[in-house]
Amino acid sequence: MANKRNRRIDKAFRITGLLATCFGVFVLIILLGSILIKGVTRLNFQFLSSLPSRFAAKAGILSALSGTLWIFGLTALFAIPVGIGAAVYLEEYGKKNKLGGFIEINISNLAGVPSIIYGLLGLGIFVHALKFGPVILAGALTLALLILPIIIVSTREALKAVPKTIREAAYGLGATKWQVIRTQVLPASAGGILTGMILALARAIGETAPLIVVGALAYVPFVPKSPFDNFSVLPMQIFNWVSRPQKEFTVNAAAAIIVLLVITFILNGFAVFLRNKWQQKVKW
Amino acid sequence: MKKTKIIGWIAAVIIGFTACKNSSTTDTGSAEKEKGEVKIDGSSTVYPITEAIAEEYRKEQPDVKVTAGESGTGGGMKKFTVGEIDICDASRTIKPAEDSLAKANKIDYVELKIAFDGLCIVVNPANKFLDNITTEELKKLWEPEAQGKVKKWNQVNAAWSAEEVHLFGPGTASGTFDYFTEEIVGAKGKSRGDYTASEDDNVLVQGVAGDKNALGYFGLAYFENNKDKLKNVKVNGIAPSKETVMNGTYKPLSRPLFIYVNKASFAKPGVKAFVKYYIDNVKSIVGDVGYIPLHDDEYAKTQKVFEDATK
Repeated sequence: MANKRNRRIDKAFRITGLLATCFGVFVLIILLGSILIKGVTRLNFQFLSSLPSRFAAKAGILSALSGTLWIFGLTALFAIPVGIGAAVYLEEYGKKNKLGGFIEINISNLAGVPSIIYGLLGLGIFVHALKFGPVILAGALTLALLILPIIIVSTREALKAVPKTIREAAYGLGATKWQVIRTQVLPASAGGILTGMILALARAIGETAPLIVVGALAYVPFVPKSPFDNFSVLPMQIFNWVSRPQKEFTVNAAAAIIVLLVITFILNGFAVFLRNKWQQKVKW
Repeated sequence: MKKTKIIGWIAAVIIGFTACKNSSTTDTGSAEKEKGEVKIDGSSTVYPITEAIAEEYRKEQPDVKVTAGESGTGGGMKKFTVGEIDICDASRTIKPAEDSLAKANKIDYVELKIAFDGLCIVVNPANKFLDNITTEELKKLWEPEAQGKVKKWNQVNAAWSAEEVHLFGPGTASGTFDYFTEEIVGAKGKSRGDYTASEDDNVLVQGVAGDKNALGYFGLAYFENNKDKLKNVKVNGIAPSKETVMNGTYKPLSRPLFIYVNKASFAKPGVKAFVKYYIDNVKSIVGDVGYIPLHDDEYAKTQKVFEDATK
């Protein structure tokens, strides 16, 4: 009797799980589908290489796309070394005492702070106190701060996953701490570290709120040439087009969303690729 | 080996991005081209006009870097009154507090009127009883005292339907909200709070289009582009149009739009010529982005203010 009941519960749970999965996939398909149907016809070279315009058919995303790439590159440059450095220190060198625990809780909490708060921080520090003005550098540093906690947390998880026996074996052969980290721990955890990094960066390129606060502009008629140039980013351009009265602009917005999605997909695909590559490679 | 590979990957990505940025340079030098920077921010209502002007100006002076943000009139004024930007787009006149801030920072400015924006009252096309509304009726419907009390159409006018009325309007951060409340209720920012608010006028369009008991207000351009889904209501017997806004008969819901220019910026290369171009060409461009030009004599006045300021 109990056996039969358990089987029923098992079946019910399986169906619930299936429905939950289908729901998620279904919503995603509808969202992507409607965006694709609306925007895909607008995607062409002219769209990618034109500046903003009052005529929807002439407008393009050149300055917004280049701004997004600048922000992405600089954010990666700042956030990756600092994030990995901090994580290695906390995980490998730092003592596991009360202070360490306190820092750990704070970093985890920082990962959940709303992004606009980082925007205000960036406005206060980079734009005003350091007098950078509303430029790419200020935006990239702000986003680097925003994703730093995510990188640190994911890197630490990857480092933790390296078996203790490996470290002990290396120490047993007379390796110093740095040698152990460099030759064993980091290579073994590289897949996990890279995955975390790229997912964090993918989040950064979709952020709008902190960049609006820092001072990203809507109309930038040139491709930024240095980190001290003004900039726009794709989400700003999308927001601008969505709120226009002329309906043709929503088609542009849909096309720009596709471009943003493609960038995100490429990044995520890259993350999966790297993880698989490193997982196959590491053999003890 | 592995370490160098990681670094290699990262370097490749970064170099790749830097390379693709530096490659696209357009340089068509010619003799009498101006150079310089013009920094603009402010009202998102005025933004499309400024964007259009900057787009046209770029064809004549490609080396002048005109940038424009849309942080709202208040946000723009914050930057304008400390001298961070040259021009502030504004959908209202400068507030006394902002003016004294500018004075404290020794910012001398000039106010230039550039166009009109009509606000319109719209209802669902299924609404058959409402073709005209008076300022008084609008006040009854929108004043703070109406909150929670005026819930049905016939509480405003006995001839109207006995069904519930559902209101849609811009949020409190919007210049449109400020203007509407000042003109209709009589005090800036005073409004009932129990209505569906959105800063995005397209959301309001969707709201009114999907509810047969809805009434909303927003910029005329949003009605013009959604005529099939909305019905316009005359205000005090006058329907909003280019003519009625221009000749001042559509009252009180048409508002002037401005740009504020920092006088010190006229000395900077590029700014003076850009502002001149703005005034000379705004009349022919505003229609493209859904706004209404001023009368010719008003443009002459704007021109005069500009000339006096740049003497």
